[in-house]
Amino acid sequence: MQLSAKTEEQLRIVSVLGSRIDAAVALEFKDAMRIQTEDGPDTVVLDLSEVQFIDSSGLGAIVASMKTLGANRKMALAGLTPTVERVFQLTRMDSVFSVFSTLDSALAELRH
Amino acid sequence: MPILPPFTVSIPSSEMAVRDALKQVLAALGPLELGTEEAGTVELVLAEVLNNVVEHAYPDPDTAGPISIACAHRIDGLHLQIVDQGEAMPDGTTPLGQPVSLDVDFEDLPEGGFGWFLIRDLAKDVLYERVGSKNQLSMRLAVALQPGETRH
Repeated sequence: MQLSAKTEEQLRIVSVLGSRIDAAVALEFKDAMRIQTEDGPDTVVLDLSEVQFIDSSGLGAIVASMKTLGANRKMALAGLTPTVERVFQLTRMDSVFSVFSTLDSALAELRH
Repeated sequence: MPILPPFTVSIPSSEMAVRDALKQVLAALGPLELGTEEAGTVELVLAEVLNNVVEHAYPDPDTAGPISIACAHRIDGLHLQIVDQGEAMPDGTTPLGQPVSLDVDFEDLPEGGFGWFLIRDLAKDVLYERVGSKNQLSMRLAVALQPGETRH
């Protein structure tokens, strides 16, 4: 489970470099997210534009990553592909995150 | 539209083998030309069912056994039967799959409990039976419907 991360204008942008966040990589994803977000800006943008599939384990791992940030930091999701977006909608977890259709729209809204 | 011949995919129980099974099933369904949403439904429901088998029916990887997925396309959709030789469902029945509660404090947000909700939400006619030493879970997905059928 590879992630790439950069900091730009007070935002930590973490991109998932893989097509799946599923049970096989959920733990690895959580560990990699913790490492990429343990310091740095308060707002983390998780770029999911390369992810074609998540299952409930992947969804749980994303929620866990947000909780690891703590209540004073914030996680936004960007670039959800149709199948990924549907999992968030069906479980209503899209109401827990700020969700943006593209990374650019997330950055435009969140940078200041 | 011709009805696809039935097929079966068998895998050993492991998280990586689940990926392989999903790939094989979706490839075998190729002739149905499922759209993104329908293919997503098949992949998601099967992933949840298979992950549950790997985690709960075969909790000890050293004694894990096989899982088979039988798939038949009929006029009212795709009929799936998933069979394993692992531990039975607790109380002999499937979880209710209630929606998770989101009206909770930040630190109590759910990190699990989505699996059976998704199965219940997306699959029809879900039936679990313990037959001898086997678990048999069958269900129907209302995808690739024949003309004239509606999505019930």
